[in-house]
Amino acid sequence: MSKRILTIFMIIFVIFLYAPTILLPIFAFNDSSIIAFPLSGFTFDWFKSLGAADELRKAAGTSLIIATSSSIIATMLALLATSATVRYKFPGKGAMIGTIMLPMVLPEIIIGVSLLTVVLLAGLKLSIYTIIMGHVLICTPFCIAILRSSFQQLDPSLEEASLDLGESRATTFRRVTLPLIMPSVISSLLIGFTISLDEFVIAFFLSGTEPTLPVYIWSQLRFPQRIPSVMALGTLLLILSVVLLTLSEFLRRRSARRLGQTSTSGAL
Amino acid sequence: MMKRLQLDSDARRGLSQISLPLAFSVLLLAAPLAILLAMSFWTQDFLTLDRTFTLANFKEAWTSPVYRTLMLRSLKISIIVTVLTVGLAYPAAYYMSFVAPNNRKALLVFLITIPFWTSYLMRIFLWKVILGFNGVVNGSLMGLGIIDAPLDWISYNQFAVVITLSHAWLPFAVLPIFVVMEKVNRSYLEAAQDLGDTPFQRFLRITLPLSMPGVVAATLIVFIPTIGDYVTPRLVGGPDGLMIANMIEIQFKNANNAPLGAALALSALVLVSSVAGIYVWLNRRYLQSEGAA
Repeated sequence: MSKRILTIFMIIFVIFLYAPTILLPIFAFNDSSIIAFPLSGFTFDWFKSLGAADELRKAAGTSLIIATSSSIIATMLALLATSATVRYKFPGKGAMIGTIMLPMVLPEIIIGVSLLTVVLLAGLKLSIYTIIMGHVLICTPFCIAILRSSFQQLDPSLEEASLDLGESRATTFRRVTLPLIMPSVISSLLIGFTISLDEFVIAFFLSGTEPTLPVYIWSQLRFPQRIPSVMALGTLLLILSVVLLTLSEFLRRRSARRLGQTSTSGAL
Repeated sequence: MMKRLQLDSDARRGLSQISLPLAFSVLLLAAPLAILLAMSFWTQDFLTLDRTFTLANFKEAWTSPVYRTLMLRSLKISIIVTVLTVGLAYPAAYYMSFVAPNNRKALLVFLITIPFWTSYLMRIFLWKVILGFNGVVNGSLMGLGIIDAPLDWISYNQFAVVITLSHAWLPFAVLPIFVVMEKVNRSYLEAAQDLGDTPFQRFLRITLPLSMPGVVAATLIVFIPTIGDYVTPRLVGGPDGLMIANMIEIQFKNANNAPLGAALALSALVLVSSVAGIYVWLNRRYLQSEGAA
């Protein structure tokens, strides 16, 4: 009985979750500049109009640079932090990793305004670098969460074997550890990229003359006639995110399988 | 210096590896927060900053009726959103962990995360479309003949803010609860059943206390950041649904009063952190009493 109630609940829950997502492509293809039902017809015009928007192309370029740099830097920092916390015991470990993970529970506006204050006081100019700094801060905890499980599953005897055979630590990392955790590393890069690409609050506070894609979308939402094009853009971004995340999930599972296999062969 | 020499090589390696990410966090998070704190004790007159120490900003943040109203409203909305989100996420996580077949679990996790990769701004905007005067909800209810005129209590108010924010945070609440539930040892449940517990007693005495750490994590992940949201109130809140973050943004951007903005931001952070602290403490008490029982 309770199982049936829970199943029905879950179905409603999923419908609620998907409600806005389903509307996005519907209005992106709807032949009317007013975002409301009833729908009036099918059109590709809103997608075509995106090609002509210069500002949009510039914003997309800025976002790509920021998302790529942030995800690479965040993944490298996360690799160091995860390797240290999973494998070694040292004093102050809890407080240190707590500081690094803090942005996960901190309101983004606090990160935004505190970095803004520093930039203003130091007399620096807001630029894509200031946004990258903010994005690395918020991406790193998510990258750590992804990398942690693969570090935990990593069989230490493989690294020990490499060290015993006379390889240096750096070579061991490059030739043994990194190939084993590679799928998670890529997964971490993709998640970091997706988070940064979609992040608005920090980018809004820290962007100077070059807006990111979400900051551009925000500026467009004020003009009702631009909204259908924004819907088309949102649809494209959704497709991109789903492709990246499917890829990331696929890699994560392959990584789990790979590590699982190596640990059984290690036991043998 | 002596202490450092006493550390074994493992500890030293760990410290050297964590030093770079830690330095990054200290430099770009801890230090800016400290500077934000310093800023909140200064005053700004248009563009010139006066660095004499004063508590005037905090006094204004806590006594002025405008800020107090916004602060309390933000706290109220955050609490409602958290209760609603965690309340909905719990049965969903329960379904995923205890009802769904094992080979479906990964798919379900994936299924609930996908909608959240719809652009954050677009999702909020689409809620405005769903709840609006000519929106999806009003349109369908009127089409079905259930109502004659559009419902006005569902849009441009705090209700709309609560719905939109709860939707935004749901997966972040489901996942930690689900992860903890997955770790619940199923043999405890069998033991309780064998000893004559009804399914409900079994839930109250085993599943609920053991899944509590997930609930706490979910609560903190939702509650603290919610107070800082300013896009949702701006887009769906109407005049009556604005929150403290909107005021912080105004102080930093249009009003050129960064010190007051800093004081408001820190006050909001302290307020939610204290409420979160009380919650964690109460929860620990509950778990201790369960452990003792």
